[in-house]
Amino acid sequence: MQYLEEGDLDYIGIGAAILGAGGGGDPYVGKLMAKQAIKKHGKVKLITTDEVPDDALIIPSAMMGAPAVMLEKLPNGNEPEIAFRSLEKYLGKKAYAVLSIEAGGLNSCIPIYTAACLGLPIVDADGMGRAFPELPMVTFSVAGMSSTPMVVCDEKGNKMLLETVSNDWSEILARTATVAMGLASMISIYCLDGMSLKKYGVKGTISLAKNIGERIVRANKSKTNPIDSILEVTKGYRLFDGKIVDIRRDLTTGFIRGEVTIEGMDNDKGSTFKLFFQNENLLGLKNGKPAAITPDLITVIDREKGFPITTESLKYGRRCTVIGMPCDPFWRTEAGIRQVGPRYFKYDFDYVPIEELVKEI
Amino acid sequence: MRYRLGIDVGGTNTDAVILDNKNKVIAKCKEATTADVSSGIKKAVDTVLHSSRINPSDIADAMLGTTHATNAIVERKGLSKVGVIRLSAPSGFGIPPFVEWPSDILEAIQYSYEIVKGGYEYNGALISKTDKEEITKALRIIKDKGAEALAVSCVFSPVNSEQEKLVQELAVGVLGKEFPVTLSHEIGSIGLIERENAAILNAAIRRLAENAYGSFQNVLKEHGILADLFITQNDGTLMSIEYAKKYPVLTIASGPTNSLRGAAFLSGIKDAIVIDVGGTTTDVGVLSKGFPRESSTAVEIGGVRTNFRMPDLLTIGLGGGSLVDLKKEPITVGPKSVGFRIHTEALIFGGSTLTATDVAVAARMYKLGDPARVAVLKKEETNKTVQVIREMVEEVIDKMKVSAGDVPVIVVGGGSILVPEKLKGASEVIKPEHFEVANAIGAAIAQVSGSLDGVFDVATKGRDAVLAEVKESAKIEAIKAGAEPDSVEIVELEEIPLAYLPSNAVRFRVKAVGDLKH
Repeated sequence: MQYLEEGDLDYIGIGAAILGAGGGGDPYVGKLMAKQAIKKHGKVKLITTDEVPDDALIIPSAMMGAPAVMLEKLPNGNEPEIAFRSLEKYLGKKAYAVLSIEAGGLNSCIPIYTAACLGLPIVDADGMGRAFPELPMVTFSVAGMSSTPMVVCDEKGNKMLLETVSNDWSEILARTATVAMGLASMISIYCLDGMSLKKYGVKGTISLAKNIGERIVRANKSKTNPIDSILEVTKGYRLFDGKIVDIRRDLTTGFIRGEVTIEGMDNDKGSTFKLFFQNENLLGLKNGKPAAITPDLITVIDREKGFPITTESLKYGRRCTVIGMPCDPFWRTEAGIRQVGPRYFKYDFDYVPIEELVKEI
Repeated sequence: MRYRLGIDVGGTNTDAVILDNKNKVIAKCKEATTADVSSGIKKAVDTVLHSSRINPSDIADAMLGTTHATNAIVERKGLSKVGVIRLSAPSGFGIPPFVEWPSDILEAIQYSYEIVKGGYEYNGALISKTDKEEITKALRIIKDKGAEALAVSCVFSPVNSEQEKLVQELAVGVLGKEFPVTLSHEIGSIGLIERENAAILNAAIRRLAENAYGSFQNVLKEHGILADLFITQNDGTLMSIEYAKKYPVLTIASGPTNSLRGAAFLSGIKDAIVIDVGGTTTDVGVLSKGFPRESSTAVEIGGVRTNFRMPDLLTIGLGGGSLVDLKKEPITVGPKSVGFRIHTEALIFGGSTLTATDVAVAARMYKLGDPARVAVLKKEETNKTVQVIREMVEEVIDKMKVSAGDVPVIVVGGGSILVPEKLKGASEVIKPEHFEVANAIGAAIAQVSGSLDGVFDVATKGRDAVLAEVKESAKIEAIKAGAEPDSVEIVELEEIPLAYLPSNAVRFRVKAVGDLKH
């Protein structure tokens, strides 16, 4: 039997930022909350999807909105529990365990906090295997499941229960409510049974995040380079080594569309890498040729220490390594690509799996 | 003639300079820093007054840079007991104050806190209305727990500081007029935990700072100096001594900043890499438009996470007193050092330890001490050692560079003699006159600033209108702080759109800087 202890959260925080592919928000606030909750309520049981009975009710817990706002307006702490219990009440059934909807970024830690507060186990899985910006960008949605009933909750005690006709509507309505609540809210969403979780969940992502973080911390303690060790556990590829020489953020559309130019160093000397990001890194071109494309994960990490660099902290002059990691196979289906592939984000490329692309670059 | 006195108190040396009204250096000195700080300052002031022969009453402004505050926090010495009031309820209970603080500092400041109703949303709307009775009650609890200083934090107080000010007013009634109160919006930017931490640290060192700055004032008075007194803060600008007594935590890391600013002034170059070589370590920073490039990561001070905007520095273990080991292959230089004992322990000064300075003298890079004492060194060994030093410096230059092209490199600090005249990656290597007291000069020429940090809705007003508004506000702040209005310019403007929102919420961070008004 596996348990998550206080110290594990430090690892998960780092690993989740690697899986965040540049986005998902700083896990810091979630990490502190989860650590405190574990200190108070005891360690959290981490169960595999196999341990979940097929008919058991599983309820995911997450934050919605701007993670940056949560660094200022800290949660009350009871929002995740309220959202969770409200859904249980609405469904007339007790949940068996808590689930993460998003393994990357801040939302890796929020469900661990919720599980600690509720005294429930957390399932070692999620609905993305990374971070994505919109509510329908979840494997369960691609599989045709409804995101509702869902509950949106704020720190003041306001809560909204939504029943929508589509997950796109959930996105619009929940996002509007979140903006009104001060740009951040806590949600419970995509409740599902054990059978569906086993079918559509991305498995093992919490222990993966912990493993990645632990490897980075260990490597730093022994003063070795953690990058190969990260690639080993994520089955990823080292795409480029270099220094950021240009960064542009275009805000004219209301959403961030960014472009980073990295000039090669060492083995990549003389080459150029262009990285396109919105909330997450979505497309990487080496010397003009695609090296990795969403939904595969692209993460920029510190060249020496291996710590992840989010899109918000990409800065001129930083030495970095760009790594690419294959996404969950579910994203590579036609429906998956339609939801989170390059064309959805308005990049004029066809999706090609990273395993193929790295042969060409 | 009106003069300016600049003093920098470092770990090893206390440096002082006097500049005339054309910013020409007319006196400079380096004295040993003393344990009580003020007698070192006294000695330095004595020396420069004596050598300049000016009338002390002609000194119009005096600027002091000191690491006092940092040391107190790191060493947990002389800290006050702090009570915290956070205006955030119903938000904020998820992470109460003092989470993840090291236990030894918690013990030293015997913490207590109260979370009360209040705080703002990003757009200035209320999270909840404040309740005067509740605040008064919280203040009484903190008083009963024996607090000696109060720190006040409030959600989005950088956007609106009214609620924090309300607590300050109410504190007068409960705790008395003289009770030290620190408001978080005066210190940090967005990020409640880090800003609150900084406010708590500030509260803990206020009493200590008041004494320290008070004794500085006395030293100057004793010398007949009637100047306005200023303390340099970590962004290279000044605060009045009265303000510094209230917000001493803002002086943290002012030392390296002063060196960088001094280097810019002495060389006349505003965009460059600056290498400050001391006795034990070398700090390398970057000047951009005459100001230090700032670090983007959270800064821990004494194990406490804060969001001060610190200069982005890389520090390597190379200094004038670095030990050289010729037996190692390759030869090693540092990180161990004889530090301030260089004047007795280095070979050229009659000691028995081979230091980097000895090698520089042997290699005829500089004349110092008794060169005959290092004549025994083989030419091959000195050349190899100089090469090791060169590579250490070149590597750190390359790490700090922001573009592929060569950049000017300015070398300052007492250990500057170690740095070769030509370096890879440097378009030129400049060792300006008075390089050894660049930090005191940086303090003497410091300007005043005003800044603003907040999240704004650009959809309603339009980006350009918001931009104009934030720039103007920062300029007004600088003028309020004492800047000559005509000299004020925007030196920093950061626009950070908040991720995951379609609402056009953008965070702006602006800083305006101007010359001190006379």
